[in-house]
Amino acid sequence: MSARMLPPEHDPITPATPVAVTIIVDGTPVSGVAGQSVAGVLLAAGRLAWRTTAAGRRPRGVFCGIGVCFDCLVTVNGVRDVRACQRTAHDGDAVGFQDEELPEIGA
Amino acid sequence: MHSDAIVIGAGAVGAACARALAGAGLTVTVLDAAGAAAGTSGQGEGNLLVSDKLPGPELSLAQHSLTLWDGLQAELDAELPAALPPVEYERKGGLVVATTEAGAQPLLDFAAQQRAAGIDARAVGIAAALELEPDVNPAITAAVHYPEDAQVQPVIATEALLASARARGARVVLGARVTGALRAASDHAGRTGRLTGVRTTRGDFSADNVIVAAGPWSGDVAAALGASLPVRPRRGVVLVTTRMPHRIFHKVYDADYVGAVESDAAALQTSSVIESTAGGTVLVGSSRQQRGFDAALDLAAVREIAAKATRVFPFLAEAAVMRVYGGFRPFMPDHLPVIGPDACITGLWHATGHEGAGIGLALGTAELLRDLITGATPVLDPVPFSPSRATLEAAA
Amino acid sequence: MTHVAIAGAGPAGLAAANAALRAGAEVTLLDSANGLGGQYWRHLPPSRPAAHEALLHHGWGDFTALSRAVTSHPRAAVVTSAQLWAVEPCSTADRGPSDHAPTLQYAVGDADGNERQMRSLSPDALVLATGAHDLTLPFPGWDLPGVFTGGAAQALAKAERVAVGERVVVAGAGPFLLPVAAALTATGARVLGVFEASRAGALARGWAGGTASVAAMPYKLGELAGYAGGQLRHRIPYRIGTGVIAAHGTERVEAVTVAALDADWAPIPGTERTIACDAVAVSHGFTPRLELAVAAGAELADSGPLSRFVRVDLDQRTSVPSVYAAGEVTGIGGADAALREGALAGWIAGGGDPGDRRAASARRQIARYRGFARALEAAHGIRPGWTAWLRPETTVCRCEETSYGRLCGTLDATGARSLRALKLTTRAGLGPCQGRICGRTVEAIAAARIGPALDGAVPDRRPIAAPIRFAELARLPRPDSPDSPAHADHPDSPDRPEERHEP
Repeated sequence: MSARMLPPEHDPITPATPVAVTIIVDGTPVSGVAGQSVAGVLLAAGRLAWRTTAAGRRPRGVFCGIGVCFDCLVTVNGVRDVRACQRTAHDGDAVGFQDEELPEIGA
Repeated sequence: MHSDAIVIGAGAVGAACARALAGAGLTVTVLDAAGAAAGTSGQGEGNLLVSDKLPGPELSLAQHSLTLWDGLQAELDAELPAALPPVEYERKGGLVVATTEAGAQPLLDFAAQQRAAGIDARAVGIAAALELEPDVNPAITAAVHYPEDAQVQPVIATEALLASARARGARVVLGARVTGALRAASDHAGRTGRLTGVRTTRGDFSADNVIVAAGPWSGDVAAALGASLPVRPRRGVVLVTTRMPHRIFHKVYDADYVGAVESDAAALQTSSVIESTAGGTVLVGSSRQQRGFDAALDLAAVREIAAKATRVFPFLAEAAVMRVYGGFRPFMPDHLPVIGPDACITGLWHATGHEGAGIGLALGTAELLRDLITGATPVLDPVPFSPSRATLEAAA
Repeated sequence: MTHVAIAGAGPAGLAAANAALRAGAEVTLLDSANGLGGQYWRHLPPSRPAAHEALLHHGWGDFTALSRAVTSHPRAAVVTSAQLWAVEPCSTADRGPSDHAPTLQYAVGDADGNERQMRSLSPDALVLATGAHDLTLPFPGWDLPGVFTGGAAQALAKAERVAVGERVVVAGAGPFLLPVAAALTATGARVLGVFEASRAGALARGWAGGTASVAAMPYKLGELAGYAGGQLRHRIPYRIGTGVIAAHGTERVEAVTVAALDADWAPIPGTERTIACDAVAVSHGFTPRLELAVAAGAELADSGPLSRFVRVDLDQRTSVPSVYAAGEVTGIGGADAALREGALAGWIAGGGDPGDRRAASARRQIARYRGFARALEAAHGIRPGWTAWLRPETTVCRCEETSYGRLCGTLDATGARSLRALKLTTRAGLGPCQGRICGRTVEAIAAARIGPALDGAVPDRRPIAAPIRFAELARLPRPDSPDSPAHADHPDSPDRPEERHEP
C-alpha cells in the first residue's frame, strides 16, 4: 500500500536498463536508479514521509513534487533545506531528516 | 462624524497614539491610506534598543518606552480577545561586538558613556561573549552585553495596539488617503484659521486635533495639510533565513551599526544586526540608503549584509535566505523624532521621524503626545522633540 | 546581435528559443530542472532514455524537434540546473538605456546546493516562460503524507516512473485531471475515480459558451477525447459535481471523503461517502509562477486573488521594455497556446519582423486559444463555496501550520486589510514556500471575509525567487568588477555553458 516504481521490464515506455545508485538515508543504504530525485528514491523505497513539522510535529513527505511547496526538505551531506523532489540523488549522498523544533522564546 | 483627534497613520506610532488618546477619554479616528502596519512598521525587525543610543533625549525616550513595553502584554491580555496572538515581546538582551582591532576601543568607550546615563552596558571578555553566544566568531575583538535590549513582533504589536484603541472606542478607517485640510475661516487679522479636519479619498473627517504619524510619508501628508516637515525615506533591507535550530540567543550586532544609525550619509551603508525569531527564522540586517521611495531589490546591499553576517556568525554561510524585505525609515536630518504641535498650524500635531527606532519609541511617544494634547504634565521633557526646534528650521 | 534570455524551458520557452534563433538572435535558455521540457514534457533523465517515451506525452514530436533545433544551434546556450533567483530591473542595475532588459541572477549546480556557481546575465531582451504550478485548495487532512498535487503524481510518474500509490483517487477541477489519471495508470497504479468539482451546468455553459473557439481547436478536443477514451478503457469512474472534501489517516492517508458539490462548490450534506485509498492527487487549478515577472516590474492583469497573470500585448510584450511573457504566466491556456505564445514572443524579442506571416498567424491562433482559456475558466474555475468544506482546525498554510480558524479569528480581531500584516500576524505564507501554496487562497479567504487588500501587496511578490545561501550571496561579484564570472554567460565568452543535446 504505497508508492512504488514501475519495474522497467513491465514498463510500456521501455526505459534503458537502470544504473543503480545508493544513498545513505539516516545511516542506512537505500538503492535507487541513476537520474532519480532523492524524493523518488525515498518513495520507491517505501518511505512516504520524512520531515516533521515545527509546530504540530506532523509527518510530511512529497506534496507538489515540482519544487514549490518545500514540504520534502531534507539535509544532503549535512546541508539543510534541500528539496528532495528537485535534488538528483548521487551515489553516496548522505540524506538526513532535519529537525525544525521551534525555539523556546521568553524562557 | 466629529472626533476629538484624528491620527493619520496606522503604524506602530499611530496605533500607540490612538490607544493613548482614547485611553485619556478622547474620541479618536485613525486614518490610513492602506492598512494597519502596511508601511514601515511591517518592514522592520521590531527592535526595542537602548544599546545603539548615546545619552540624550532619544535615549531617555527609549528608556521610558522600554518600561512601557515591559508591561504591555499584560495590559493587552486584559483588554483583547484571545484570537490575537501575543506580541512576542522578549527581553533577550543585546550583544554588540567589534569585529576589528580598531573598532574595539570605541565600542568600550561608547559603553562607558552609556553606563554614565544609567544603561546596563556590560563590557564582557571574549570568553564571556562566547558563553552568551557560543557560535559567534571567536575572532571578535570586544563585546558589550546590554541586558535591557528587547524585541517585539512589530506587526502583531501594531495590530494589538490598534485593537486596543478600538476597544477603547477609537474608529479605524483604512484605505483613506489624506488629500487636503479642512480649515476654519481666517480671522480678522488675516491669520490662517486653525485646522478643523482633513479631506480624504473616503470623505471628510473633522476633529479638534490632527496628528500626523505617517512615518516616512509624513512629509507628504504634512504638505497636503499645508505644513512643512523635513522627513525623508531612508531605505533598509532585511534578509530572512529558513527556520533553523536555535543558535542565536541575543540581538547580536556589529559595533559599526551605531555609526550607520548616527550617520547622515545618503550612500549605501551596511552593518550586521542578527537575531532569531519566535518562528525559528533568523533576521539579518541592516542597510541604510537614501534613494527616495525606490523599493527595487538592491543586490549590492544584500551581498554586503550577507558577507558581514557570516563574519559575525560563520555558521550562517550555509543558511538559506528565503526572503528579503525592505522598507523606508522616516529619517530626520537632526536624528531626533518630532513629537508635538506644528510650528505654524494650530490643531496640527506631529509624531513621526523616529528613523529606525519607531517601534521601540512608539509607546513613549504616544504618552508624550497625549500629555501635550490633554495639557497634562508631560512624562518627559518635550522641548528637544518640538517641531519648532532650531535644528529643523536650519534643515528646512 | 540581439541577445535573448529565456526563463523556463517548457513548451513556451522552447518555442521562444527556437523562434528567437530563427529571427537571428543569440539565445540563452535557462531552466532549473536538469532537463528540457518543463512540467508538460517531464520525462526520464538523459541517463535513462526510454524507447517509447512518446506513449506518456502529447506532442512529443514537437518536443524532440524543438529541443533538437535549440540545443544544436550554434547561437544557443542552454543552461539546465540553473536556478534563477533574482531579477534586477534596469533602474537598479544602473546599466544605461532604460529599454535594456533586466539583469538575471542565477545559480548553476545541484538543486539547493551550497557550491553552485553564481552567474548573472544582462540580455537585450527577456522572455519569461516560467509556467504554473498546481493550485490545490486546502481541505481537512490535505497535509497527510499520501496527499499529492496532480502535478506531483504526474511528475513522479513521468520523470521517475514512480506511482504515488497503488489505489489512487484523483480530484479537483479541470481537464488536467485526465492526464494525471492517465499518467498514474501508465505507471501501474489503479485510479479509483476522477472527481471533477464543476457540475454539468458550469461545464455546459463554459464549453458551450465558447463553442466557436473550441470548435476551432480540433487538436485540443482530440487530446481531451483521447484522455476520456483512456478513462473508459481502464474503467475509471469519472464523476462531475463531486469533490474530495477530507482525507483521513493518522500518519498517512488511508481514505478520503467525497461529496457532491453544489454549483458554488459547497458540499451537499448527506452525499458524503468514504473511499479507502493509499494516495490522493488533488488539483483545483493553477497558479502562474509570477515572481520573476513581478521582480522585473511587469504589470499584472488582476482579476482577483485566484486570477492574476502577467499582462501582455498582442506581441506578448509586458509593460516593461524588452521583457516578454509567454505560456501559463499570461493565462492558463494549455501547452498549445504556450507554444504559439512562446514562438511569437521569441520572434519579436529576437528582432524578427512583426509583420511576418507566421507572426500574424500566431497572433490569430493565440486569440483563439484565449477563447479556450476563457471557456476553461468558466467551466472549471474555482467557485467561492469551497470554504464550506474547511473546519476551524484545517491547516491552510502548510509551512507554518496556520489553521483556518486562526486565520478567521485574526481577520475578525484585526479587520486586517493589509496582506502583509495578515501574513505577519498569522504566519500564513511566512514559511519556506513563501506563500506559493497558500498565498492566493489566504488572500481569497481574507477578501471574502473582510474585503480586498488595501496595501497593494500581492502574494506573488518574492524578490528572492528561490532560496539562496549566505555563502553564495557573499560570493556575488561586486558590480565594479566586470571581468568576474558573473558576466561570463555571453555565448562568445570562453566560459560558455555546456550545451545539452537531448533527447
